[in-house]
Amino acid sequence: MWRVGLVFGAVACFLSLVGLVEALHARWVVDGWVSAGQALLLGVFLASGWVAARRSRGGLASRLGAGFVGGATPGFCVGFLVWLRSQVDLRSMFINASPVLFQLLSGGRPVHVAWIGAVGVGGLLGLVGASGAALPTRVVGPVLVGLGAGVSLGLFQDLVVLILQPEGLAPIRDWLFVAGGGPTAQGAAVVSVVSAAVAAVRPVLRARPTPVLRLPRRAQRVLWGLVGVALLAALPLAGGPFVAQVLVIVGLYTLMGQGLNLEVGLAGLLDLGFVAFFAIGAYTVGLLTSVGEHGIAHWSFWAAVPVAVVVSLIAGVILGIPVLGIRGDYLAIATLGFGEIVRLLVLSDALRPWLGGSQGVLAIPKPVLAGFELSGPQHLYYLTVVASAVVAYVAWRLQDSRLGRAWIAIREDEDVAEALGINLVSVKLLAYGLGAAFAGVGGAIFAVMVGSVFPHSFQLLISIQVLALIIVGGMGSIPGVIVGSAVLIGLPELLREFGEFRFLVYGAALVAMMLLRPEGLLPAAVQRRELHALEEEKEAAVVAPEAAPEGGC
Amino acid sequence: MTAGTSQRPVVRRLNFVDAFLWAFRLVVVAVVVWGTVGTLRLGRYTGEQWVDFVVFGLAQGGIYALIALGYTMVYGILRMINFAHGEVFMSGAYTAYFVAAPLAASGFLNRHPILSLLLLVVVAAAVSLGVAVLVERVAYRPLRRAPRLVPLITAIGASFFLQYAFRGLYGSGFKAYPEFELFKGEWQFLGVGILRTQAVVLVSAAALMFALYQFVMRTKVGKAMRAVSEDKDAAALMGINVDRIIVLTFAIGGAAAGAAGILYALVFKQVHFFMGFVPGIKAFTAAVLGGIGNIPGAMLGGLFLGVVESVGPALFLDGLGIPAPYQLKDVIAFTMLVMVLIFRPQGILGERLAAKRA
Repeated sequence: MWRVGLVFGAVACFLSLVGLVEALHARWVVDGWVSAGQALLLGVFLASGWVAARRSRGGLASRLGAGFVGGATPGFCVGFLVWLRSQVDLRSMFINASPVLFQLLSGGRPVHVAWIGAVGVGGLLGLVGASGAALPTRVVGPVLVGLGAGVSLGLFQDLVVLILQPEGLAPIRDWLFVAGGGPTAQGAAVVSVVSAAVAAVRPVLRARPTPVLRLPRRAQRVLWGLVGVALLAALPLAGGPFVAQVLVIVGLYTLMGQGLNLEVGLAGLLDLGFVAFFAIGAYTVGLLTSVGEHGIAHWSFWAAVPVAVVVSLIAGVILGIPVLGIRGDYLAIATLGFGEIVRLLVLSDALRPWLGGSQGVLAIPKPVLAGFELSGPQHLYYLTVVASAVVAYVAWRLQDSRLGRAWIAIREDEDVAEALGINLVSVKLLAYGLGAAFAGVGGAIFAVMVGSVFPHSFQLLISIQVLALIIVGGMGSIPGVIVGSAVLIGLPELLREFGEFRFLVYGAALVAMMLLRPEGLLPAAVQRRELHALEEEKEAAVVAPEAAPEGGC
Repeated sequence: MTAGTSQRPVVRRLNFVDAFLWAFRLVVVAVVVWGTVGTLRLGRYTGEQWVDFVVFGLAQGGIYALIALGYTMVYGILRMINFAHGEVFMSGAYTAYFVAAPLAASGFLNRHPILSLLLLVVVAAAVSLGVAVLVERVAYRPLRRAPRLVPLITAIGASFFLQYAFRGLYGSGFKAYPEFELFKGEWQFLGVGILRTQAVVLVSAAALMFALYQFVMRTKVGKAMRAVSEDKDAAALMGINVDRIIVLTFAIGGAAAGAAGILYALVFKQVHFFMGFVPGIKAFTAAVLGGIGNIPGAMLGGLFLGVVESVGPALFLDGLGIPAPYQLKDVIAFTMLVMVLIFRPQGILGERLAAKRA
């Protein structure tokens, strides 16, 4: 439990020094009471106590003791940090070790008082965490949901306020939020309690059939589909241009994600140079439609998109041919190399006369549909939604087609697939080509959205983000791609002011996902079964010799 | 990878792929030859400049080689690419800046340059070692039996996490490394002037590599490492603690990368949170070039890559009339990477890598 506490203490100090705590401190979870930064630190103490209690063997008392120590140790570490700062100048090394941070960590009290206070607060929260570990999931689950809802209300307050903008909703807004500040105490409490109650009641409702609303499966599906479409259509109207803009970006990543999902999720070909195809789609549209100096054709957007798709497809095949014989990690690195080569070439002065070098292609007109210019993000949103829907449909049809099954076969075992008569060359090239074509669609929309294309938009980062979103969503799963891009792209876009920490969280999410839930949030059935079969085997192997633990608490 | 000869269509398609690959090879060779001839006929560079290019390339190559050792040793043992190794390299040099800056401010740096350099190397190596071991513990060890794609993805995640963690801790700006008075200017060597920093880098890199090689070949622990990379299970049966050896491998590779970080800072005189990415990829190229899993190969590959990259833009591209060829330095490196992976995945000295790995 000491070790657990020290690990969490290191985490707490790291989160403070890296600047995350201070950045989150700017948002109130309960106005005037708790900020998101404080909530983060308190959450670390809680988690530490929880883990320490889970690790300890013995009766309730010893578990609670372990929880106390587990929570108090990170408190001690934070106190130590405060003390250290009073002795040496931390700021000269750690840029985020600001007075504001230490004001927050010490609560504005003298160093020694703050130190003792941190240990005390940590210990108390550790106790709470430990009792959480002792209670059954039935109870703890809803509590966690409630806490999460409360924190989310604080984090996304701008968005919620924005949605509650209309006159009729003003009373709700004023009741939930302090004017120009965070959620009110009653608002946060009600939201938390209601969410917790819903979470507690849901499984009970689920278990009991509700004969009143029994519709045939098909009708249910259609109904849900209609609701979904209506929601999708209404979202930008309710949220305004900012939300629409975020949704467009989510849509673009969904497009790329569907493409990469064909390659990585279905065919098992890890491609880290994927952004190249996005760039190729964007540049094709840019060059064909631009009215600036690099434009070559002055075509309309609608004529340029099919060309962009075909060009990306061909590029995908051409870059796919040389790497046909490479597998696994080597493939990842080789494609990464290709992606960087494309970016560096576009950036170079050698191709500047045609591609505009680092300035890129400017003055790309917005698409015009039947005399109506799709200018703002709210219009482009519908374009993106339609494109995403088309691409998702294509991906869905491909998945269960002969080709899709061939991809899954080569993902599972290339040699066996070849022995079964699958033509590796054409199947792999189709994966690269179609994946690239999807990304090309995304690139085309990106070009008109921004109105210019330049190499700086096509960093390796994008490839990694796309990869991350399919993995978080669940490899090989089409709804997973959408969930993944909503979580990994949409949330950070909404939390713009924490943009600095976005990639930090990405990295951590990738690692955590692989460690805890390798199948992703919304996995494809095959993957889930596979990974869980593995786990069950493991558990069976571990549990069997030890004999079942004494009782479930 | 051989095609069934009885099925004609398969053979024909493979031929089409082969033809494409041959065309790719020929184009690259033609560009290189054409460019070289063109450059030499233009005669824009003097002999002295070429020597400068080569020496600079060797110095840079020495740095790549030191980083490449980490890739190659880890690959040799775990058969995985430690994608976060470039960040391990960055972490040491970046942290050591906070030792170097006060040393320079107090004047100690130039009063005892050798001592300070050693101190910096030790600090950087220690930090990098710590980061490497931490990454192994958190991101790789729990996944040792997972499918091959999984550790690669965590490696990418770890790499990102480290980059932005250091950005958050130390800030996003470039930090100018203090310069050593002693290493300014040139030394005359066989009638050729060689920049002092480059000579120092080259000598230190060579010394470190020699020491490492001796460690792996001569000591008992080194023997255990080689045994584990040969066959993990058999090594475990011989009483070797495989987990310990793996940690040790990460530690040694990390320390070498940390030392390389200081050498890099000597040459380029600045550090940055993103500085690990490109050298990391290039060092990986060097490791593959020399035959991954092969320690002398990594050294050779590093030096070779450094020289090609330094001489390449002037030699291959200037003659083609490409403006600002130096911008395409990285394109040359990445092209080499891709070509090695495609055409000779076992590398120059590699023999261990069977077809199934590539």
